[in-house]
Amino acid sequence: MPLGSDSGETRVVPPANKFMLVAAGVLLLIPVVALMWVGSYAKIEPRLWGIPFFFWYQFVWVFLCSAMTYSAHRLVLAARGQSGKVLK
Amino acid sequence: MSADVTVMAADTGVNGVALAVLIILFLVVTVLGFSAARFRRGDNLDSLDEWGLGGRRFGTWVTWFLLGGDLYTAYTFVAVPAAMFATGSVAGFFAVPYTIVLYPIIFVFMARLWSVSHRHGYVTSADFVRGRYGSRELSLAIAVTGFLATMPYIALQLVGIQAVLEVAGVGGGDNWLAADLPLLVAFVILAAYTYTSGLRAPAMIAFVKDALIYLVIIVAIIYLPTKFGGWEHIFGAAEDKMAATSETTGKPTGSFVPGDGQMWAYATLGLGSALALFMYPHSITASLSSSSRNTIRRNAAILPAYSFVLGLLALLGWVAIAAGTKPVGLDGEPNAQLVIPQLFEDAFPAWFAGVAFAAIAIGALVPAAIMSIAAANTFTRNIYKEWINPRATDKQEAKVSKLMSLLVKAFALVFVFTMDKQNAINFQLLGGIWILQTFPAVVFSLYTRWFHKWALLLGWAVGMVYGTVQAYQVVNPATGKHFGGSLDVMPVIGDLGYIALTAFVLNLLVTVAATVLLRAGKVDNGTDETTAYDYHADADDPRVRKDLAENPKTLGAEEL
Repeated sequence: MPLGSDSGETRVVPPANKFMLVAAGVLLLIPVVALMWVGSYAKIEPRLWGIPFFFWYQFVWVFLCSAMTYSAHRLVLAARGQSGKVLK
Repeated sequence: MSADVTVMAADTGVNGVALAVLIILFLVVTVLGFSAARFRRGDNLDSLDEWGLGGRRFGTWVTWFLLGGDLYTAYTFVAVPAAMFATGSVAGFFAVPYTIVLYPIIFVFMARLWSVSHRHGYVTSADFVRGRYGSRELSLAIAVTGFLATMPYIALQLVGIQAVLEVAGVGGGDNWLAADLPLLVAFVILAAYTYTSGLRAPAMIAFVKDALIYLVIIVAIIYLPTKFGGWEHIFGAAEDKMAATSETTGKPTGSFVPGDGQMWAYATLGLGSALALFMYPHSITASLSSSSRNTIRRNAAILPAYSFVLGLLALLGWVAIAAGTKPVGLDGEPNAQLVIPQLFEDAFPAWFAGVAFAAIAIGALVPAAIMSIAAANTFTRNIYKEWINPRATDKQEAKVSKLMSLLVKAFALVFVFTMDKQNAINFQLLGGIWILQTFPAVVFSLYTRWFHKWALLLGWAVGMVYGTVQAYQVVNPATGKHFGGSLDVMPVIGDLGYIALTAFVLNLLVTVAATVLLRAGKVDNGTDETTAYDYHADADDPRVRKDLAENPKTLGAEEL
């Protein structure tokens, strides 16, 4: 692949706010740990509208995980100073 | 089947109306598929990029649909509910945590893979490994694994289409041709339009497919539970069935919620499947098709909508228990894989059963097409061009890719014929055992070059052999066939666990140990053509822009 003067070869890794990246990492880790800890939710009571705990608890995590992943996305953008950046 | 289930009249004859609706919808989709060959097309389909990557000009929404088409398949509509119906939550409901933890996992590494791939023009994970270590051998191992692991996954899709056709009444009879007719019809349709229109066909069809699927799901999850006594009654019926003693094993039929000694199985099936999924060539193809680094992360936040749907579909397996659905094949034998199509046929008016059948069948067709194209691309780039014909022209490459997309489907048929179709979810789990062994070489290498290329290759080999042998030794107690399941006793822990994850841990231990030795011996670790910056480049980077521009982007994602 031919490299021009604007090929980006001189570019460096964009600076990032380490604290925000770690916070994003924690947000991403929480759902994984929560759902892999099966003993914490493998039970029938309390039921919700007749649905055993085991099932509705995992459905709730669909939304929690989505929210945490989206927050992590915003955090990573903010950490790299790209919050307002729109790429077409 | 447990004895307390009331038998609903098993209808094994041809359902004329449902079959007609199924065929009409199928034809509409096929026409769309063929015309898709002209959808935003570039110069011609004779180039591999054009046929195999759709020119890589898909943005957020198309990517979202493509990924959805990839991830939620006959696995979701047939195999998971069937597993729930047959043996309960450990066998089936793990798919929910699997598809939830999937997104945090891909969030972490997929953006890096996107950036480095577009900086260097990589199209497959094997391309990346080749560039990272300059190692043809490691790259070959990754490519072969991708090609192999895709086969049982496509086989699962074929089983899904077959299930629908069988319940609709196609096939049956005594000779082998009539008996396997549904499967062969499914195979021919899939092969025909994948061959002619490449990745554009599945992209177009994904819209129709998702519309149909959402329609069927909304009707199914609102109407069916009410019709069969409400969720409380449904869970009660499932609890009774799972606690009842099975005639074949003498143990309880299955698990209502994971019990003692089943926690590890549930967790490892979920985690192992999640780590494995984005190693498949088709998942990587779809991710690299997106228009910017952040598209993938944004998608990671919105894709869980599909997980919710998946959970409801899984529970349809238990709705079928409450409904007393009797899934009997055309050969007169019970077959759990037919349970959802049978439930739809029993509970819906014939015309809507036809719509539902079409949704399931197309829902299997799209991913099967995407999977076979991606596997074929990997073969062409990393095996054919790298090892067989380095001076292949674009036209030759596209030709080989098309032929391989047929071949991978033919191998998938072999899996269907030789393996136990009663437990289709196991096809996917078997593919997972293999593909997960490429994870260290691909994902860890996105972050570090500490691991040695030969150590990664050795770890991969040990994981592959261990996983295959262990899976072979699992015998289905009902049929006596090998590859009967994907759970085995885990060393040290002592409970049952997903073989893929055990093999993965073994793979890692071997890789680390061998890396320490090879580094101590100062063995050459190949040449790295990537730089630290490559892993952060976005669509505004000149080289990334050039890579994206090689197939000019006429419309943005947001404009669709």
